[in-house]
Amino acid sequence: MLNFIARRILATVPVLAIVAVLVFLLLRLTPGDPAAILAGDAASADQIAQIRNSLGLDQPIIVQFGIWIGHLLTGDLGESFYYKIQVADLIAQRLEPTLSLAVLTIVFAVTVSVPLGVIAAWRFGGWFDRALMGFSVMGFSIPVFVLAYILIWIVSLKLGWLPVQGYKRIADGFWPYLQHLILPSITLSVIFIALIARVTRASVLEALGEDYIRTARAKGLRESRVLIRHALANAAVPIVTVIGIGIALLIGGVVVTESVYAIPGLGRLTVDAVLARDFPTIQGVILFFSLVYVGVNLLVDLSYVFLDPRIRF
Amino acid sequence: MNRKIVAAVLLAAAAGSVFAQDKVLRVVPHSNLSILDPIWTTAYMSRNHGYMIYDTLFGTDEKSQIKPQMVDTWTASPDKRLWTFNLRSGLQFHDGAPVTGEDVVASLARWGKRDAMGVALMSFVERMDSPSPNSFRIFLREPCGFVLEALGKPSSNVPFIMPKRVAETDAFKQIDDYTGSGPYVFKRDEFKPGDRAVYLKNHKYMPRAEPASGTAGGKNVYVERVEWNLALRDVQAQANALVKGEIDIIESLAFDHYESMSKEKDVKVLKPTFGLQYMCRFNHLLPPFNKAEVRRAALAAFDQRPFLKAQVGVEELYKPCASMFTCGTPYASNVGTEIQSKSNMRKAQALLKQSGYNGTPVVLMKPTDLDAIGKLPDVAAQLMRQAGFKVDLQAMDWQTLVSRRAKKDPIAAGGWNMFCTAWVAPDIWSPVNNAALDARGDKSGWFGWPDDAKLQELRGQFMRSTDESSKKKLAEAIQTEAFTNATHAPLGEFSQPVAVRSSITGLNMAGLANIYWGVRKN
Amino acid sequence: MSALRTKASGLDALSVEAADIRLTESAWQRVRKNWSVRIGAVVLAVLVVLALTAPWLGTVDPTLFDAASRDLVPGQAGEITTLDGEIIKHKFWFGSDSFGRDIYSRVMYGTRVSLLVGILAALLSLAFGIVCGLSAGYLRWVDGILMRFMDGLMAIPAILIAIALVAMWRGSLMTVIIAIAIPEIPRVTRLVRSLVLTIREEPYVEAAVALGTPTWKIMFGHILPNTIAPLMVQGTYICAAAILVEAILSFLGVGLPPDIPTWGNIMAEGRPQFNQYPHNIFIPGVFLAITVLAVNILGDGLRDTLDPKMAKRV
Repeated sequence: MLNFIARRILATVPVLAIVAVLVFLLLRLTPGDPAAILAGDAASADQIAQIRNSLGLDQPIIVQFGIWIGHLLTGDLGESFYYKIQVADLIAQRLEPTLSLAVLTIVFAVTVSVPLGVIAAWRFGGWFDRALMGFSVMGFSIPVFVLAYILIWIVSLKLGWLPVQGYKRIADGFWPYLQHLILPSITLSVIFIALIARVTRASVLEALGEDYIRTARAKGLRESRVLIRHALANAAVPIVTVIGIGIALLIGGVVVTESVYAIPGLGRLTVDAVLARDFPTIQGVILFFSLVYVGVNLLVDLSYVFLDPRIRF
Repeated sequence: MNRKIVAAVLLAAAAGSVFAQDKVLRVVPHSNLSILDPIWTTAYMSRNHGYMIYDTLFGTDEKSQIKPQMVDTWTASPDKRLWTFNLRSGLQFHDGAPVTGEDVVASLARWGKRDAMGVALMSFVERMDSPSPNSFRIFLREPCGFVLEALGKPSSNVPFIMPKRVAETDAFKQIDDYTGSGPYVFKRDEFKPGDRAVYLKNHKYMPRAEPASGTAGGKNVYVERVEWNLALRDVQAQANALVKGEIDIIESLAFDHYESMSKEKDVKVLKPTFGLQYMCRFNHLLPPFNKAEVRRAALAAFDQRPFLKAQVGVEELYKPCASMFTCGTPYASNVGTEIQSKSNMRKAQALLKQSGYNGTPVVLMKPTDLDAIGKLPDVAAQLMRQAGFKVDLQAMDWQTLVSRRAKKDPIAAGGWNMFCTAWVAPDIWSPVNNAALDARGDKSGWFGWPDDAKLQELRGQFMRSTDESSKKKLAEAIQTEAFTNATHAPLGEFSQPVAVRSSITGLNMAGLANIYWGVRKN
Repeated sequence: MSALRTKASGLDALSVEAADIRLTESAWQRVRKNWSVRIGAVVLAVLVVLALTAPWLGTVDPTLFDAASRDLVPGQAGEITTLDGEIIKHKFWFGSDSFGRDIYSRVMYGTRVSLLVGILAALLSLAFGIVCGLSAGYLRWVDGILMRFMDGLMAIPAILIAIALVAMWRGSLMTVIIAIAIPEIPRVTRLVRSLVLTIREEPYVEAAVALGTPTWKIMFGHILPNTIAPLMVQGTYICAAAILVEAILSFLGVGLPPDIPTWGNIMAEGRPQFNQYPHNIFIPGVFLAITVLAVNILGDGLRDTLDPKMAKRV
């Protein structure tokens, strides 16, 4: 078991190394010149050349890569060209909103979708099942930003129930904090509800066909107990798995949602950094997101040990 | 526990901040604040940041007159070669240290390495010194006609006065000490790039007695705290937040929202005194715009009205202005502007034919993320196509555009032919600081690189001239030559409206820069 | 990393269970009778017709603008100046944007972009995925390196790759398609690879190998045909995702140039005036949602019919 965990963690190292190389190459071939952007509107060519030199952008690419990797290995993501502060600090500053949004979204999505999926499987083929499957396809199909605007229009503008936009730190009070996160989380969770409900339904259905469920039913156990204790417990693995995979979707959704709701999180930081050609920040953020993705999936893998009695390493 | 204590604790927790809400000014600035060194960059956001925390030697009032700010008295020797300035007494930096002539000399030296007008001024300066703690002197090689204009320059780069230790930073490195002597103190630990910037009232600041006017006069601060919301960038979200009272000021209200916001009952829409000027710039190094005849054909096609109508749309917010200098300022005139001000499409078509234009497509760069200028290139493209040009309208974000316009390379290697932008009045209202008129060929400071010896000669005469009436004559000659050369196309003036909650009064509306002294929140 | 890989290809609700899908005569019959397939296909056919016949559907040049006709609400009449300077009367069925461009025309022409991006991005990622998957599944020495590379690519969130690539290359139809297709390649590669690994164990393939049939012949003659059905299903999902991502890129201002009519661009243009003119976002939004929905329904139908065992499940 420890052996498995160690191997599993080691296996992420080459992945992250490849991510690092890909990210570096991806961006250094960009035509935009960060020096010119930094110099501002009325800067002369000489001034731009000066800045390029001071940022080390006139060095050969391979040298720049060497410097970057060297720093990376010591945990130094470099300094943002644009904001002139450490990328690691920048990410730390933007983490709270994004993390809050992501956690709230996942919690909300799981709370809603798992019961829905179980009921649909229990009433397989019935109207509820069909309705859920229909909703789920729609959930995949409605673009996040269209949904965001529909919700803003109805809930904030017409009904006036929630703030239109913005973000309040948890330090500014819990209620304002939550108030500003409700709409973005609902927006973002729709696609997850669709996804997780589907997987839950499928896994529970599969479990319901197994022998031990028939045995349990034959023993006269209550239906709710059969569903929750036996069928759902056995469906835990695929559900957790889909949450792990969904992290990639979540990151994509965060970029859009933060943009629509004006939330100063990592998603906004990414778009701003790409537009500003802020190489160290883009590299840092993408690396960070990839690390999160790999990390979450690692946790998911490890969680199998606890969730599924059949899996032993 | 004592009930009173509980109540007090709860109250404090509910307030969240130490200041009452009417002492906190919540502003949505026009852009993101990324660079905190207003000498290092010309970005207007950095300039506005500078006005919060630094003070200036002179200011420009609403009538474009230079007035003393940190300076108390000054004299110029009869031969105009020695200028002596005395500082107001009691000026001090945020750390409590007094402002001295040495701080001024160091600050001017750093500014003189970066700012276009500063560089021009320094070409006249023999040396500067500080004979006593509260005075400084400028020794000139020959008389210079714009000493005070340069020192009281209201827009980028503004000669802000920093402590000597900060001003001694290499002019090409950014400063990392934000001590100033201005009306606000930068709250460094609350600065979150892309999220918010916070400024606290400088209680030690001693404003001048005169009323505030432009960047001149008394800088009285009536709020305890100013918060710039850097995260709220969707213009619809800004408007919604203002209507709901979540913010107090939108520094640049989208034109599309002008009418609807004017109707809101708790919101006021204000118009600055000075407008901004739209401008399209040709690249003089590359075909087809390396020929003056072709540039003139484009000028003839660029009737200002379609640009203003499409870009601004609201009639009370724009007006055509033929001059290359801001209309209503001392050097503006209609002299020499006929090629564009009396333009029409048929003339443009004829001029283009005569010019021998061979169909080389014009690479026109369009910014996708700047609402205030994003429509100009579309209009330019449509008008040029009507005149017979081939146009390749290339869309990119502003950051890419800014980096690409610095390239002198041919089109195939990432070059460009034309882009459009906007300038605030004080950056273009004189032949000295109007960067688009720098005609030193590929040595020119600003992108487009026109090469015109006659224009340079006239600008040199203007800089040396100390007599107002001959300066006006020279400005006319400069404008005539610039239109003959077709250095760039002025596209008319517009006013960038500001939207505020009706509780806000006293906002400075000179339009020189976005500044936040004199503002009250009731 | 292998744990992650098998898990991802095996259980992802949006991907296809390998090996279970075979294209047979009876499968085709089931496909034709399936209601999901029918509905999805009909809606898509209508959209394709709209895209192809856009110029003849009462539209004007979707890039033409006239400041006199800006911000019209749906159904209002106005005018538009053509490039020759001629002023024509026009009824703005879907209203106009803040330039004074006709939204109806832009939405109709936008159909072309969305469908083109969806279909081409799907084909492109399938093509690359097939080549990579076949190589990885059949050539041992390629497998290790290639799959490690794919793992790395998969770990970078797709939308970030797309945004970065488009920003880097400048938005054009080609660059947007490529930028969207690249992050999809690893999924296809994994699918094809796992199919290959299963199929090559089948007796008839082993027989062919024993008879000395050249590798390329086995690959293209025996293995590839068996991957068509699952790839068709996978392709529809990529297509739907690509249409969405294109709209997101345009919406964020990093997609196709804004004067090119795409649904995402129309919505981005309408964004500043959403309160007053919500139709600028809602009309293209509805078209976008319907298109993606149709593609997804078609995909679900294909999966249900081509893999009866799965129909009961996901």
